[in-house]
Amino acid sequence: MVDAPATYAASPLTGNEVLLSMRGLRAGFATDDGFVRAVDGVSFDVARGEVLAIVGESGSGKSVTAMAILDLQPTLEIAEGEILWKGRDLLTMSENGRRAVRGKEIAMIFQDPLTALNPVHTVGRQIGEMARIHEGLDRQEARARAIEMLDLVGIPEARTRADMYPHEFSGGMRQRAMIAMAITCKPDLLIADEPTTALDVTVQAQVLEVLLDIKDEIDSAIILITHDLGVVAGLSDRVMVMYAGRAIETGTTHEIFYETRHPYTLGLLASLPRLDDVGDEPLVPIVGSPPSLIRKPSGCSFHPRCRFARVPGNCETDDPALRLVAGDDHQAACHYAEELADVSVESLRTAVDVTAETALDLALPRDREPIEDAAVVEDVAVAEATAHPGVTDRAEGQIDQWPATGQRPDDGEANR
Amino acid sequence: MSDVATAPVDAPPDDAAPLLRATDLVKDFPIRGGVFSRTVGYVSAVAGVSLEVDEGETLGLVGESGCGKSTTGRLLLNLIPPTAGEVLFDGQPISRMRGKRLSRMRQRFQIVFQDPYASLNPRMTVGATLSEPLKVHLGLDQQAVDERIADLLRTVGLSPEHMNRYPHEFSGGQRQRIGIARALALDPDLIVLDEPVSALDVSIQAGVVNLLQRLQDELGLAYVFIAHDLSVVRHISDRVAVMYLGKIVERGDRKPIYENPGHPYTQALLSAIPLPDPEREKTRTRIILTGDVPSPANPPSGCRFRTRCWRKRELDEAGTDTSACVEQEPLLQIRQSSGVDHPVACHFAKAVAVV
Repeated sequence: MVDAPATYAASPLTGNEVLLSMRGLRAGFATDDGFVRAVDGVSFDVARGEVLAIVGESGSGKSVTAMAILDLQPTLEIAEGEILWKGRDLLTMSENGRRAVRGKEIAMIFQDPLTALNPVHTVGRQIGEMARIHEGLDRQEARARAIEMLDLVGIPEARTRADMYPHEFSGGMRQRAMIAMAITCKPDLLIADEPTTALDVTVQAQVLEVLLDIKDEIDSAIILITHDLGVVAGLSDRVMVMYAGRAIETGTTHEIFYETRHPYTLGLLASLPRLDDVGDEPLVPIVGSPPSLIRKPSGCSFHPRCRFARVPGNCETDDPALRLVAGDDHQAACHYAEELADVSVESLRTAVDVTAETALDLALPRDREPIEDAAVVEDVAVAEATAHPGVTDRAEGQIDQWPATGQRPDDGEANR
Repeated sequence: MSDVATAPVDAPPDDAAPLLRATDLVKDFPIRGGVFSRTVGYVSAVAGVSLEVDEGETLGLVGESGCGKSTTGRLLLNLIPPTAGEVLFDGQPISRMRGKRLSRMRQRFQIVFQDPYASLNPRMTVGATLSEPLKVHLGLDQQAVDERIADLLRTVGLSPEHMNRYPHEFSGGQRQRIGIARALALDPDLIVLDEPVSALDVSIQAGVVNLLQRLQDELGLAYVFIAHDLSVVRHISDRVAVMYLGKIVERGDRKPIYENPGHPYTQALLSAIPLPDPEREKTRTRIILTGDVPSPANPPSGCRFRTRCWRKRELDEAGTDTSACVEQEPLLQIRQSSGVDHPVACHFAKAVAVV
């Protein structure tokens, strides 16, 4: 459904060699309720030296995308697509071939270092193991390498620390140890899955600093998976925003934050309280809940929650493909992306009557049957009609379409 | 521990009585060890906290994990007994109340917990959960209870039809609204909100924050908003208190705390929070703290922040005498020379704008 953009030999942003190229990946999990389409046609490129941030809320498919690259999730079924690593498809590669890439050329930093580190081996041994397996170093050399790496990520007294166990480290130090482990073989690509989410902000600042330093040090590419737009703003060169298993907007960090062309991205930015706001600005929530990944809404997956959706209209019937909307490589999957050129977070905040909307959290949670309630739907219609900015031309009565989310049978399921 | 308990933390001013006043609250949790599980030491989770909350206002209580902010919240409601100190609610010492009197008082202060998945009983319908306080405290009959529940659900943006559903049928944001409805059931004056939006995605979080603000306007509630996310706290609070290792290190009105902080910890904390604004974010200077928070079982002498303090390090390098940081506990008070008009617990308090 999504047209994969042409594969680049070099990044349009930096001109550097493209290392990883994901093409139309569809993957998910079989459950008793049906097939969960966690990743539903995702394509992107990562070039050497750049930081690509994959942003989304829980259940958007961002972590599954990363898992698919390294084949780390045994229950994940890959339906179609390819993941080209330096031109070779990781999905058709032999397990031995993949093993040679994993850890050495592509390394991963996990969210929770306490579960990712082995509690019965010393930190130094775990770090050195990478070099022993991939580079054939002996025990002595591996230990020296581990100490060097611990030193590089800023762990004081690395020589002593290398002989300690993970439980003797604090949270921030464990996360550094994981980074040390990931960069031991100087990988070309580092995948960081929510690397600082479990940390306090002052420790997060330390770890992010380390990430930036080592990026320059080893000249690798980084895929940063996070829900924190602040971290994205500080670290990334390009951003891919995901919603319900799809990439819905991609572009440079500047484009995504300042020239937003997708209502969901705009919604995320408008719902976020900012430290540098005076504090009296209204927050504009995205009404409703993310859709079921088993039975996605018809048309655009975001249309039931979208402030700009035209219902009835093509938002409800046609699934918008990711397409070039501005600049050299700024893409968005929205039929009306161009109209967002005149809408900013500020204009959205002034246009929406937030108090009228506090009664709007009536949409259904994922994987649940709809709650039938005509009276409530009417209330919502009134509230929405008064609450919405002029950009939408949705009429009042048409709102009864709204709670129907998730009823439509999944046409994609038949493909499997 | 005794030196901490008796340390003269600044006395609250004696004008019109606030809704809630906590004075020198201390909570030590015993560490048990050895064959006979004897007490081998104490973790001082809260070490002399004084604060006030006025009617209808929001006090933001912020700090990193382990700073004692949640323990403080529970002490304020007498959910756990304090080791020392006193809590006055509407002038009455609730920390010394027991039994029926306390139970009656409790109608007036409620709590909303962080995890909406754990704080609702999965075996009880929403209606049963909400009816419990109404039956226990007010003795209402079934019809009155049902009417009240329908009201409550509408108030928090849910539908009365949701009454017969179980918690698992709701999304995280909706569950948190049920938690809020439960807290509202007895028409309280004060609600302690312990990280009420931390477990929610940002798009959902905004709706719950807006709801809390609307309820405050409509019902005149006072909030103690406990959170680690300083952006949300700036949005919702009238006044803010910053905690570090069991103590309040700085407190004041929202604007000066964010725009003109005086404590080096507050400054580091604010500067560490990433802004969703690439241009500002990439040019911003950050104060990076070294090391980790010390164990509350064995806090540093003098100023508890000194082991990680960037200002102390700067002063040391400049040859200034910082022995006071080691020897003397800095009191939470207004310091004329600091350029800050609100209380700061630092011998070398100095205003630095970091946001």
